[in-house]
Amino acid sequence: MYTLSRKRIKNKRVLIKTALNHRSENSSLWEVRWEAMEVLKIATAGSVDDGKSTLIGRILYDTQSLTTDKLEAIETKSKANGFDYLDFSLATDGLVAEREQGITIDVAHIYFSSKTKSYIVADTPGHIEYTRNMVTGASTSQASIILVDARKGVIEQTYRHFFINNLLRVKDIIVAINKMDLVDFSESIYEEIKADFQEMIAKSEYKEQNITFIPVSALLGDNVVATSENTPWYSGNTLLDHLEGLEAQDVYEQSHMRFPVQMVIRPKQTDFHDFRGYAGKIYGDDLEVGDEITVLPSLTSSRVKEIYFFDQKFDKAGRGSSCTITLEDDLNISRGDMIVKNAERPNVGKQLEAKVCWMDTKELQPGTQYFLQSGSNRILAKIKGVSGVIHTDFSGEDITANSLKLNEVGNVNILMSRPLAYDSYTENKISGSFILIDAHTNTTAGVGFVK
Amino acid sequence: MELVTKDRNTIDPLEAIETHNNTATLAINPLESEAIYIFREVVAQFEKPVLLFSGGKDSITLVRLAQKAFYPSKIPFPLLHIDTGHNFPETIAFRDKLVKELGVELIVRYVQDSIDQGKVIEEKGKYASRNSLQTTTLLDALEEFKFDAAIGGARRDEEKARAKERIFSVRDDFGQWDEKNQRPELFDHLNGKISLGQNVRVFPISNWTELDVWSYIAKEKIEIPSIYFAHTRKTFVRDGMIWSADDAVYREEDEVVEERLVRFRTVGDMSCTAAVLSDAVTLEKVVEEIRASTISERGARIDDKRSEAAMEKRKQQGYF
Repeated sequence: MYTLSRKRIKNKRVLIKTALNHRSENSSLWEVRWEAMEVLKIATAGSVDDGKSTLIGRILYDTQSLTTDKLEAIETKSKANGFDYLDFSLATDGLVAEREQGITIDVAHIYFSSKTKSYIVADTPGHIEYTRNMVTGASTSQASIILVDARKGVIEQTYRHFFINNLLRVKDIIVAINKMDLVDFSESIYEEIKADFQEMIAKSEYKEQNITFIPVSALLGDNVVATSENTPWYSGNTLLDHLEGLEAQDVYEQSHMRFPVQMVIRPKQTDFHDFRGYAGKIYGDDLEVGDEITVLPSLTSSRVKEIYFFDQKFDKAGRGSSCTITLEDDLNISRGDMIVKNAERPNVGKQLEAKVCWMDTKELQPGTQYFLQSGSNRILAKIKGVSGVIHTDFSGEDITANSLKLNEVGNVNILMSRPLAYDSYTENKISGSFILIDAHTNTTAGVGFVK
Repeated sequence: MELVTKDRNTIDPLEAIETHNNTATLAINPLESEAIYIFREVVAQFEKPVLLFSGGKDSITLVRLAQKAFYPSKIPFPLLHIDTGHNFPETIAFRDKLVKELGVELIVRYVQDSIDQGKVIEEKGKYASRNSLQTTTLLDALEEFKFDAAIGGARRDEEKARAKERIFSVRDDFGQWDEKNQRPELFDHLNGKISLGQNVRVFPISNWTELDVWSYIAKEKIEIPSIYFAHTRKTFVRDGMIWSADDAVYREEDEVVEERLVRFRTVGDMSCTAAVLSDAVTLEKVVEEIRASTISERGARIDDKRSEAAMEKRKQQGYF
C-alpha cells in the first residue's frame, strides 16, 4: 500500500514536471496545480480534552498554513487565557459557545495543503451527544484520525469512535496516541494502548481497514509533522508523512458503476434541438462510450452514445466525474433513476433492511413515515420495525428495543412506496446508503447503511 | 488592464499528455465535480433558485461552474446583485458585460432604497460601512421574488464561523442561521426539503480555498474585474491599511490622499475593503503574491475585525 502510493506520488511529480516543460505560453503553474490536485478528506474523532483541536492546530502551524493575522489572534487569546504557550486549539474552535466552553460542538472544516495534496479535515466533536456529527464527518472522509489520551488509554468513547469508523467503512484509520509528553514518552504505555485497541479491532466487522498507530504530542509537536527525538523506539512515520503516503481517492471507492440521474438536460435551442442529456455523477467505476446500460427501476436498456463535460466530448469518464451523458435510444428517464452497466445490476425493491444511525431528538418509531433519500432519489417510506439497538462497544445488541433514540444505531426494516435501486453498503457506499427525512420538520433525522 | 480571454485552441499540458496516450478519459478535479453536483441538486430540488452575484472572483467562479453544470442549456436561474452603492465602478462595468455575454437575467436591488425606505439606518463616522446593511436588502429581495434557494460563493476556509456552514444551509423566515441546530450532511445525499417560509443558502464552493479559486480562474482563463490586478489609484492610509480615496469612503481631514500602485484581494464594499501594495499585473503574479502572503483574505476586511465573533453574529441575522 505504502510503496504503491509513493510510486504514484513520484509519477505525479514526473507528470507535473513534464507538463511544466511542455506547457504552452498561455498555461501556468496554477493550471497544472488544479489539474494534478489530489484531495484527501480526513475526519478526526476524540473525546473532550484529548487534544484534537490542538493536534489540528499543530498541523496547521507546522505546515505553515496559519497566516500571520490568524497566528497573532491565537497569541493574543492564549495570553488572555493565561497560557505561556500557543493554544493551537483556538485555530479551529469557531463558534462563540465553543470558545467559551473550550469544546467543539459542530463539525468544522479545516483546509491545508502540502506539496502533493490538498487536505480537507472534518473536525468533529467526540462526546457521545455528538455521535451524529462524527458519523457526518466520517461519511465524506477517506481517512480518520482517532485520538487516544496516553494517560487514559482506550476508554468507552474510543470504542464508539472506532465503532463508527468501522460501521462507515472508513478505509484508513490513524490512531494518534496523544499527550505522550505527559507519560514520559513511555514505550510500554504506547504498546499497552495499542494492544487494547487491537483487541477491539478483533471484534470489528470490517477487517480490511488500514490501521496505523502513532505516538504523538500535539502540544509539543512530537511525530506530528517533525519526527520526535523523544520516541527513539518508534520507527514509523510522522502523522503528516503517513497522510502524505495515502493515495487520495474518491471516498466512494472502487465498485460497480452507478450513475444516479440528477436531471435531464434538454436545451431546446436550435443548435441542440434534439439533445437529451442525463446529468449526474459517476460512482464506483469508469463509464465508456458504447457501454451497454440498464436504467432502473424501469429495466429499459440502451448504450452510451456520448459523454460530455461542458462543451467537450470524452470516450471515457472516470469515477467521481460530474458529467452529462446521452444514450443511443430515446428512453423515458427522469431524476431519481439509476443507470448501471448491464452485467452489474443492483437490487431493486420496495423493502430493505439497514443499520440506521439516529440523529434526531424525536425517536424513530415503527409505523412512522419518512422520506428516504439516496442520492437523487427521494421516496416516501415507512418504518416497518426496529429489530435491535447495536451496542457501540462491540458487545452485541439489545434485541428487546423497538425504537431508536438520538445517537443510537439499530437494525431497521423499511418499506418504500416505490421500488428503489440499491446495493448493500459493503458493496457500494453511495447506492448502499440513504438519509431519512422527517416528513413534518424536513430535518435529516437519520442515516442508513443497507445490509 | 488587458483581460485574459478563454482560448479554446490552447492545449492543456496534462490533457496533451493523456491524449498522447490515446485515451480521452475525463478526470475532473474533485472540487469542480463536487461544485457541479451541488448546482444540479439545487436546480432539481428547488422551485426558484437565484445566484448571489457580487462581481467578486468567487461569484464569477460560480457563474463558470453553473455554465458547465447545465451545458448545453443556459444557466437556468437569474443573478441577484445587492448593490451597496459603494461598489467599485470597475466591478459594475464588469458585471454588466458578463451578464450580456451569458444572456442571463440580472436583478439588482439597492441598499440605498432600503435606507430611503427607513428600513435600515446608515452608519456614521470613520468606520461607517454599508456591508451589514446589505442583509435587509437581500432578505427583501428574496421575499419579493419568492426565491427559495440563494446560491453564494462563501467558502469555509474564509472565516471560523463559515467553517461550520453546511452546503445546503437552511434559514428561517427571518433569514436567520441557527448554527447549533444544523442538518447533518451525509455522503452526497443533500436534503433540500424546506417548509413554507424557509429558504436555503447554497454554497457550491464550500470546500475550495482561496488558492483553489485562483488556480481555477487561471486554468479556465476566466475574466475577472481589473481591480484584482495592480493599478494606480488614489488612496489613503488608516490603521496601517490602504483605502480607496473615493466619495463613498469616509475620510478624516488629516488623512492624506496619495497615488499608489495597488490591487484588491476581495471586491467587497469600497468602505470596508482595503487594498494591498502590489505590482502584480498578471494572474500568475497575483496568485504568486497570494501564496507568499502571510495575511489571510479576510484580514483585509474591516467588518470582520469589529469583534472576534463578528461574522457569526452577522450570519445569525441573515448575512450570507
